[in-house]
Amino acid sequence: MQATTLEAGSELDGFRILRRLHAGGMAVIYEVEREDLPGPAVMKVPRLEQGESGATVVSFEVEQMMLAAAGGGPVPALYAQGDLAREPYLVMERIEGETLSARMDQLPWSLDEVCRVGAIVADAVQALYERDIIHLDIKPSNIILSLDGRAVLIDLGLAHHAHLPDLLAEEFRRPLGSAPYISPEQIFGVRNDARSDIFALGAMLYQLATGHLPFGAPNSLSGLQKRFRMQPVPPRGWNPDLHPGVQEIILRCLEVDPARRYANAAQLAQALRDPDSVPLSARSYRRQRDSAWQRFKRWLFGVGFDPAAVPPAPIAGSDPIVLVLVSAWQSDEALQQALRQQAARTARARPRTRMAFVTVVKPAPVMGVADDAQSAPRRHLRLLVELRHWAANVDIEAARKTCHVIEGADVGRAVLEYIRANPVETVLLAAGPNEAFAGRATAAVARIALQAPCTVQVVRVPPGS
Amino acid sequence: MARFVRAIFSDCADTMKYALIADIHSNIEALDAVLAHAAAQGATRRVFLGDLIGYGPDPVAVVERVRACVAAGDHAVLGNHDAALRADEAESMNSEARAAMVWTRAQLDAAQTEFVSSLPLMLREDGMTWVHASAAAPAQWPYIRDGLQAQASMAAAATPWVFSGHVHEPALFYAGRDERITPFYPSEGIAIPVAAHRQWLAVVGACGQPRDQLVGARYALFDRAQCQLRFFRLPYDFHSTARKIRAAGLPERFALHVEGRV
Repeated sequence: MQATTLEAGSELDGFRILRRLHAGGMAVIYEVEREDLPGPAVMKVPRLEQGESGATVVSFEVEQMMLAAAGGGPVPALYAQGDLAREPYLVMERIEGETLSARMDQLPWSLDEVCRVGAIVADAVQALYERDIIHLDIKPSNIILSLDGRAVLIDLGLAHHAHLPDLLAEEFRRPLGSAPYISPEQIFGVRNDARSDIFALGAMLYQLATGHLPFGAPNSLSGLQKRFRMQPVPPRGWNPDLHPGVQEIILRCLEVDPARRYANAAQLAQALRDPDSVPLSARSYRRQRDSAWQRFKRWLFGVGFDPAAVPPAPIAGSDPIVLVLVSAWQSDEALQQALRQQAARTARARPRTRMAFVTVVKPAPVMGVADDAQSAPRRHLRLLVELRHWAANVDIEAARKTCHVIEGADVGRAVLEYIRANPVETVLLAAGPNEAFAGRATAAVARIALQAPCTVQVVRVPPGS
Repeated sequence: MARFVRAIFSDCADTMKYALIADIHSNIEALDAVLAHAAAQGATRRVFLGDLIGYGPDPVAVVERVRACVAAGDHAVLGNHDAALRADEAESMNSEARAAMVWTRAQLDAAQTEFVSSLPLMLREDGMTWVHASAAAPAQWPYIRDGLQAQASMAAAATPWVFSGHVHEPALFYAGRDERITPFYPSEGIAIPVAAHRQWLAVVGACGQPRDQLVGARYALFDRAQCQLRFFRLPYDFHSTARKIRAAGLPERFALHVEGRV
């Protein structure tokens, strides 16, 4: 029998199934009991049977990691877990109460209720931050309002921990989140900005205060991306009597640039507890969207929007990598200089990126080499020394540079393999139209440009130099 | 609550905790700091991941300490500096490392030399592989600095966990779907869940010879039952180590490394 179709009265690893509480697309929830459990408990069993996408498996693993790391508080306490390879399940504290979505049949809510509930949800998000976790899927159905007056956050399958490996970051390139609430930077794949949860809270507050979703519920990537340039209708456009301070709070949460939102959920909770204290601006009273001219200006801003994020703590492993391909085949010094300058400019513009200087060497013959200076380790070392020397002339801090000599008969293939194994964000390589290319080099440049799963910049010598 | 969770895990038969210690490099102050910390953390086994000697001023004390541990049931594998004690490996070293090796050879007696040079290249136990550099080529000493190099070692090891040293900065590589390997740079002291259904390669960081201008003695602690890994960097009296390096006439750079100045 599959664990997602257990009947009341049956048992799994000693847990007695009392009843099925919920059967969703991703998981089934049972109420369970066992003598040694400290209180009422639920068991969450992921649906893995119908050739489910890898996302379900990894999300389940992430949730297990996050619940264990959080240790209760704003999330249910984790009591037990099934072996992921054999019978995956999580047994956790049962929270008495109902989800926020269950209380949304009569929208909009009163001002007092929006502010009161918004503040306790923000408290829970803040408590999660203080455990080094960002939720990244805040929405009404993932919030339980408990009978003891707290908000408890559930479903941590998309969460990010500041000090644990991010199993989702490397796995999936499509946006992870829920369409009505997902922040703009998450659409870009940024998973380490705590202010993404502030955006989701803003979308939720908007919904509670107006009965409408600020950006609808798009189901395509281009629909999702509208939130970069489209301002939502001001909440007072739907609910003309809404407190201007609350409108200001909501619009601040929904800023496209994370730096213009509340820096953390504690600031948001504080504002919601005293909306009269919120400094007002012209937009606090607005009932219509900006004029077409204003929207055009916003669109222009959106074109240059750069979702560079400030994480809750510096996380070296998640800093994007810029790969600079340094080619042994090139002799054109002007072109090499252009590549170094572009690398330095990129590093200055993106202060959190690291820069990996890579050169590809053909594998050494398997047979021993008589000449010691030509032996593989020696040659590798010599290339590394040359590469370091090359990179030393690039004007960025040493701590942000790494040098790699990688082996491969085919330059393009070796670089692509490296990119797939490492979170490379951009490849910089130099190739000039006037350079007398060997066929091998041309093929490598073309292959990288066509097949790399990231941005590729081909650097040229600036005209006139 | 915490007691309850512990109760769940103590059901497991295996309650071993492994202290993984690499690249001691004749630094007895660093090694003793690590051994004391590991004991306080409840380590039941110590695994020395190679390069007991070289660079530092106390080869005799370090070798004796490790020999006593191994006699009591701990494990040790061979590093490239250990191999260079007897073989011609020293020829491939830079002049400073070679100078330190010549000095080290003169310190150790025959029994100590025999103990160090007869260490195995690689060991496996209970899902773990221990190797100084890479399981793909244990005697060639390749450095594991990126996902591809880690992948080769993990494929050759074919165990859920691979522990190694050689590279002096700590890192944790893990396999995602499609066998892709992702690097992760661990924060000190945080318990990282490393479940057996994925493959993991931990470069535990150097105990006795830091190269990243961060002073301290590094090691990692693996809780086999809970499948949790923690990386540590401990304070110790590196001033004494540096003073002894200079007093022995060993190259200045090795003293600067332990002082975190280069």
